[in-house]
Amino acid sequence: MAKEVAIIGVGQSSFVRGYEGSIRELAFEAFREAMQDAGIANKDVDASIFCSAPEYDKQRSPAGVLAEYLGLIPQPTFYIETVCSSSSSGVKVGYSMIKAGLHDVVVVLGFQKMSEITSAESQERMGRGADIQWEAPFGTMMPAYYALYAQAYMAKNGLTHDDLMNVRVKSGTYGQTNDRAVFRKGVKPADFDPKNPDARMAAAVAWPLRVGDACANADGSSCIILANAEKAKAFSKKPVWILGIGAASEAVNMAARPDFAKGLSVGYGAAKQAYNMAGITAKDVKVAEVHDCFTIAEIMAYEGLGFAPMGDGKQLIREKTTYKEGRIPVNVDGGLLSKGHPIGATGGSQMRTIVLQLRGEAGPMQVPGDPDIGLVHNVGGVGLYGNVTIFGR
Amino acid sequence: MGFDKFGRKSFTGVTKTAKFVDLLAEGKIEGTVCKQCGAKYFPPRSDCAACLSKDMEWFEMPKKGTLETFTIAYYAPFGFEKDCPYTMGVADFSDNLKLFARLAGDIKPEDVKVGMNVSIRPLKYDDGQMSFEITKA
Ligand SMILES: [Zn+2]
Repeated sequence: MAKEVAIIGVGQSSFVRGYEGSIRELAFEAFREAMQDAGIANKDVDASIFCSAPEYDKQRSPAGVLAEYLGLIPQPTFYIETVCSSSSSGVKVGYSMIKAGLHDVVVVLGFQKMSEITSAESQERMGRGADIQWEAPFGTMMPAYYALYAQAYMAKNGLTHDDLMNVRVKSGTYGQTNDRAVFRKGVKPADFDPKNPDARMAAAVAWPLRVGDACANADGSSCIILANAEKAKAFSKKPVWILGIGAASEAVNMAARPDFAKGLSVGYGAAKQAYNMAGITAKDVKVAEVHDCFTIAEIMAYEGLGFAPMGDGKQLIREKTTYKEGRIPVNVDGGLLSKGHPIGATGGSQMRTIVLQLRGEAGPMQVPGDPDIGLVHNVGGVGLYGNVTIFGR
Repeated sequence: MGFDKFGRKSFTGVTKTAKFVDLLAEGKIEGTVCKQCGAKYFPPRSDCAACLSKDMEWFEMPKKGTLETFTIAYYAPFGFEKDCPYTMGVADFSDNLKLFARLAGDIKPEDVKVGMNVSIRPLKYDDGQMSFEITKA
């Protein structure tokens, strides 16, 4: 486990519906918190990387605009995109630049103001989320794609709607304790009961997935500050080291996908690389953040990461293994389901949670047992891009 | 025909595989096969990623397959709202060939099952758009 690149500062805005400010002001919120956390000045930063999904941005080429607003010019800056995993990809690139010796300290800032565009524009973009040549002409959108995985997976592996609901119940349990989450109410089975006239989550969106199986759009920003070993030791009392990084890609078209009942191939591919690089196995992970854009995605992530054998992910939710007190706590900050999913900011937000956990600073979200190894699983598109990053003290 | 004629609503008008739409009009659902290495593709491609050849020809997709998975869409993106609810799925023909499409409107949602036998057929919408759909075998 080489300790060569560390995270020395983390920050995140509140994730909200309709942020009352511009993208610069939104980016500033996470940046300020991360810089204060790191205890460094702008002149200490050698380069910046900005990450978002451009279909929600009005501003073209936002990196230069945001770098100026944050006071990071004339240092180099540029933009990275892998939709929902953009900021994980940004951290991978930042890690590489530091390891190559190009820069000592790099800021990775993920942001998304999903409310930047109107709901009509948003609805139009929804239809162009994947392959616009061969699939969008059928009327596809994100929930339908994840529903294809859910349907095949449920048919083969005996996963039930109650299991999916219980992923959301767990998320609600912890979302209540996260002061940055957009959805801070608990969730109970009655919310999913179609016979209950007040059920908020029972309506089908893309069967077998219901309203409650999906995360919500949000505006938000996240910031991760990376440093080489020398600067990390100089600036930080509690550096958290990046021990492993894995990334994989998969065919965009559903017709070119392998067995749907086996989940997302990129989860397996990215996990294997990250574990190998870190020299650890799934058993060594003490706390994890996984990409639960839909409830089914969390179950599939358990298996891709090796927390459960393929087809057996349901046991972890049935036996509460992924609760705070369980063998492998997952998404104890509420996950995407409760925090909200501001596309470009999500990976950085997951990493912030893990860094706080490893430092013992996660407050009401802190898992017991002084965790020393944490993992982030961040997926872009419908398993189009997969990223797994492993952290240690 | 241009590729803007493909699907309930097309998002792009120009591709070297636009002949796919003419073939639909002739009643054929075809993919492409590489003349150099034999790699088969559906949806069709004009270039082979396996051997980097550009020498491709059309082949007719098999008719008998099974439904690997499906979903019923109760919400739709812009331009598709009037079709709701509609069912979409993936048909598996083995031989590494799969196809994503809507299921024919005459199949009741409650009759759709993972693993059921299915076939495929071209489809012409009232406004002249050309597509294809998954049918009960
Ligand atoms: Zn070839």
